[in-house]
Parts: sequence; C-alpha cells; structure tokens
Amino acid sequence: MLDQILQFVLTGITVGATYALVALGFSIIYNASDVVNFAQGEFVMIGAMSAIAMSAGENGLSPFLALPLAILLTIGVGIMLQRFAIAPAKGASVVTTIIITIGASIFLRGVALLLWGKDIFALPHFSGEQPIHIGNATLLPQNLWVMGGAALLVIGVHWFFNHTHQGKAILACSCNRTAAQLVGINVGKMMMIAYGLSAFLGAMAGLLVTPITFTSYDAGVMLGLKGFSAAILGGFGNPMGAVAGGVLLGLIESLSAGLISSGYKDAIGFIILLLVLFFRPSGLFGKATAERV
Amino acid sequence: MKRLSGFYLLAALVVLLPIIFPDNYYVTVVGVTALLHAILAVGLNLLMGYAGQISLGHAAFFGIGAYTSAILTTRYGWDPWAAIVVGIALTGSIAFLVSRPILRLKGHYLAMATLGLGIIANIVLVQAGDFTGGPDGLGDIPTLSLFGWALDTDLRWYWVMGATMLGTVWIALNIIDSRSGRALRALHGSEVAAEMMGINTTATKTGVFVLAALTASLAGSLFSHQQSFISPDSFSFFFSIELVTMVVLGGMASTYGAVFGAVVLTFLPELLVVFEDFEVMIFGAILMLMMIFLPQGIFVGLQTPFRRRLTRRESPIADTPGE
Repeated sequence: MLDQILQFVLTGITVGATYALVALGFSIIYNASDVVNFAQGEFVMIGAMSAIAMSAGENGLSPFLALPLAILLTIGVGIMLQRFAIAPAKGASVVTTIIITIGASIFLRGVALLLWGKDIFALPHFSGEQPIHIGNATLLPQNLWVMGGAALLVIGVHWFFNHTHQGKAILACSCNRTAAQLVGINVGKMMMIAYGLSAFLGAMAGLLVTPITFTSYDAGVMLGLKGFSAAILGGFGNPMGAVAGGVLLGLIESLSAGLISSGYKDAIGFIILLLVLFFRPSGLFGKATAERV
Repeated sequence: MKRLSGFYLLAALVVLLPIIFPDNYYVTVVGVTALLHAILAVGLNLLMGYAGQISLGHAAFFGIGAYTSAILTTRYGWDPWAAIVVGIALTGSIAFLVSRPILRLKGHYLAMATLGLGIIANIVLVQAGDFTGGPDGLGDIPTLSLFGWALDTDLRWYWVMGATMLGTVWIALNIIDSRSGRALRALHGSEVAAEMMGINTTATKTGVFVLAALTASLAGSLFSHQQSFISPDSFSFFFSIELVTMVVLGGMASTYGAVFGAVVLTFLPELLVVFEDFEVMIFGAILMLMMIFLPQGIFVGLQTPFRRRLTRRESPIADTPGE
C-alpha cells in the first residue's frame, strides 16, 4: 500500500509539474495584462507538435535544432497573440477578453488540425527509457527531466521577476500601467515580454512531458483548464502560489485516480477546487480578498 | 405597444419563415436548433448580460434537464410531460443549492467555479454509465405529444420550439422592465450601491441564477425529446462556451441580441462546412475578430448608430436609449 502511494505521489508530482508551468504562464499574463489567457494550453500543444513535425521523417532536423526552433516558434505565437488579439482590444471587459482568448485557442487548434491532422504523436524520451527503482516504485528518467526542468524554470522565473530590471518593470506594469509608463517603462514591450515568457513556459512544459503523455491537436484544452484551476487554487495572480497549486492539483488527481476512481479523478480535482473557492475564495495562498469592490 | 414592438416583429418572423419556406432544411432543421439555442441564450443573458454574473458552465443545467427527461421516459416509462416538470424541479433545486456559495464569488473566480461545475456535471454523465448510458449516450427517447398531436415532423417541432422561444423572450422582456429587472441592472452597476438602495442582492442573484437554470432545463428536455438520442458531448465545456459566445456576440444585456447571437452561431458552422478542413480555424478567427472590433456585440453594435440617427430625426434633444 505504502509503495503504491509512493508511486502515485511520484506520478502526481510529474503531472503537477506540468500543471505548475501552465499555471505560472497564466499568472504571468494575468499579472501583466489582467487577461485570463484561455489559449495557454495551446502553447503547450504548439511547442510539442511543432518539435515533432520538425524532427519527423528522413529529412527531419536533429532534436538539438528542432526543440529550440519549436520553442522560438511558440514564443512567436505568444507575442503575436498579444500584438494582434489582446492589444487591439484594449479596455475590453473580462468576458470579452475571455472570449477573445477562447477564439484564439480555437483558431490555433484549427491551424494545428489543418497542419498535422487528428493523430496522436509522441516525442522520444530525452535519455532512455530504463526505469529507475525507488523502493517498490518506479520512475522513468523522463519523469526526472520533467520535475527538474520545471523546478529550474520556476526558479528562473522567480529570479527574473525579483532580480532583473525587466522583470521588475513587468511587475510595475501590473501594479499600475499609467504610473509605469510615466517612469519611462515601455509598457507595450513589457507586455510582449510577458506573453513571450508565458508561451516559452508552455512550450517547455510541452516538450518535457510529451514523451510520457503524448500529444495531439486538441491536447491543449484540458491542460489549459487544469492550469487555470491550479492558478486559482494557489491564489490567482500569485506566481509561486500557482506553482504550488499545480503540484497540489497533480497530487490530488494522481492519488484520487489510484485510491478512489480513475474515471472521476478530474471531477475530484474540480470538487476540491470548488470547496477551496467556497471556503477560501482567494485561493490557498492568495491575498485576503478575492476581488476589490 | 411600442415597448414590445420588437417582440411582435420577432414573432412575425418566426411564424412567417416556415410558411414561406415549409420544406427548407435551414428553416425546419437548423432553424429548430437555432430556436433551441435562442431559448438557452435568452436565459443565460438574464444572468450574464443583465445581472453581470458570468457562467462558463451553463451546459450543466441544459444537461440535467435533458438527462432527467431521457432517463425517466426510457428507463421508467414516465410520461414525457411529467419528466419535464421533474427535470425542471431537479435543476432548480440543484441551481438553488449551488447558487449561494458560487454567487459569492466574482470575476475570474466565478468564471472558474462555474466552469468547474460544468465539467463535474459532464464527467458524471460520462461515468455514471448505469444510469446515463455513459459516453455512448441514451437513445429511443419518445417524442412529445400535445393533446394527441404527436410531434413527429420537423415542422411540428419548429412550431413548439418557436412558441417556447417566443414565450421565453416575452417573459425575459417583462422581467427586465419590472422591479426585479431594475434590481438586476442596479446589481450589475455596483453591488454595494444596489444594496444601499435596499435591494437584497443575494436573493436577486440567486433568483436570476435559478431562473436561467430552469430555462436551460426546459430547453434540455425539449432537446432530448426532439433528438430522441443524447450523449454527454452535447453538454460539454465547449457548449457552455458556445452559449456564452451567443450572448456576447449578439450583445450583452439585449434579449434580441441573445436571439440574434444564437441564430448566427447556429448557422455559422453550417455555412463554414464548405471550407472543410479550414472550418475550425475560420470559426476561431471570426470569434476573435468580432470580439476585438465589435466588443459590444454585433446586434447592439449595429443597432446603436442606427437608433441614434432615428432619435435625432424625431427630436433634436433626445439622445436617450430607447430601452
């Protein structure tokens, strides 16, 4: 029993690490521009699918070239989303921006469907598929890649926002856009950096986890929803809360799939999320008020 | 007369279309779906457009109504009308129970909570296979009959759906112009201010949430009797999003806008079929472009300049909105 639980915990942390990266992307965009980006999951899909497409076939690029190119492409998509969909709709209401990003996600899914069809694809494991034994639980090397990669990225993002000039400039924009502009911050550029960074995190999540979970043109939908849930669970707008929320959601799902019912695992995740919202509307690590009046 | 003139225009349109085109696929088949969507959108618009409470899980209530009707009639041999009433009662109770905690939330948190609710409902439909037939759905749902007049043709369903839609629109229009309708709009403006004016905001929000759910449940029951087959796919997250889009596309806080949005969004995929593989992509692009360039909605967005011109001609002073 204990071995089983250990196994569920390890799986949960791996899945949770992916959720954490997506949730972190949600928080960054929300903090920078007050937009809930429902196309966040599409970044994960685009990162993974384009890497697969570029490295596939006889004349495919080597992974060392295909992966960075896929990341760059996803960052490009993120910046274009900001430039051509979010920026022109300045001052739109919450509902309107939600529908714009949903439209963007449908559009991106449509492009992926057109380019790559409905098949399910996988990336090769980064360093072999020899299982590692921890007690009676097993772990693939790729699980370590996911956990380690996510941890490094989270630390990197934390450092970026707290110790670099640009990171602080983005935070300034999220506090007060006009004031930020007045002290000479290029708000437009900061928005593009925020969307680019968020897309980068999505692409990385996609590349890291696709060897284990596979991907398809519509893989981003559920990931996006899970990432949003994780961000809310941790307290929306709190990046490190989002990461904690992601890992927690992964653990809840994995444990409830193993111990209760695999069919209801997503439902259990959402029920816990609802309970958290009902009793602590600002999320587990959020500030005291959910929304100022 | 003047207040409801739009309604009479709509009613005339609904009645005349099948008389002029009795065997047209777009009127009697797609048209019935458009009418169904309009019922749902008008209900949701009361909640979203007027009370300003977003719901990304409205398909759940549609689904509860549809499945209650389907299960009671196929598995227990109930009379369809009794099943519809039970469905409405059940949906209303569920909506009432969840409304208190859910409507305390605002903005993105409310969006997340309603979204979660919709997904939980959908998972239950898929997983509780013994009752719901699981992912394969439920078939052989009997059709309705009105005083011995069986609804067994597309055209007959058109009349019933059209009458229900007009009824819903009529009720919605009257609610909006009543005391509780003004309370809803006050609530949308500022909850604190509304409370200061003596409006019981909790009761008002609960009321409109339950009302929207009841409307969805009725639509769900009609849907399941009309289709005679239902599966969880029809009640997914995507359908909730589609409903929200209908409301926003037409223009929030406009009942006719909701009807318009429902009609547009029902016909759009039909028209995009000719683009085959490009369908999904074009649908997403249209959604995005509409919201970027006409965020107040197509119907309201096109209506405002027109109406302003009209009022300017009638009297030089008035620039007051008509409704």
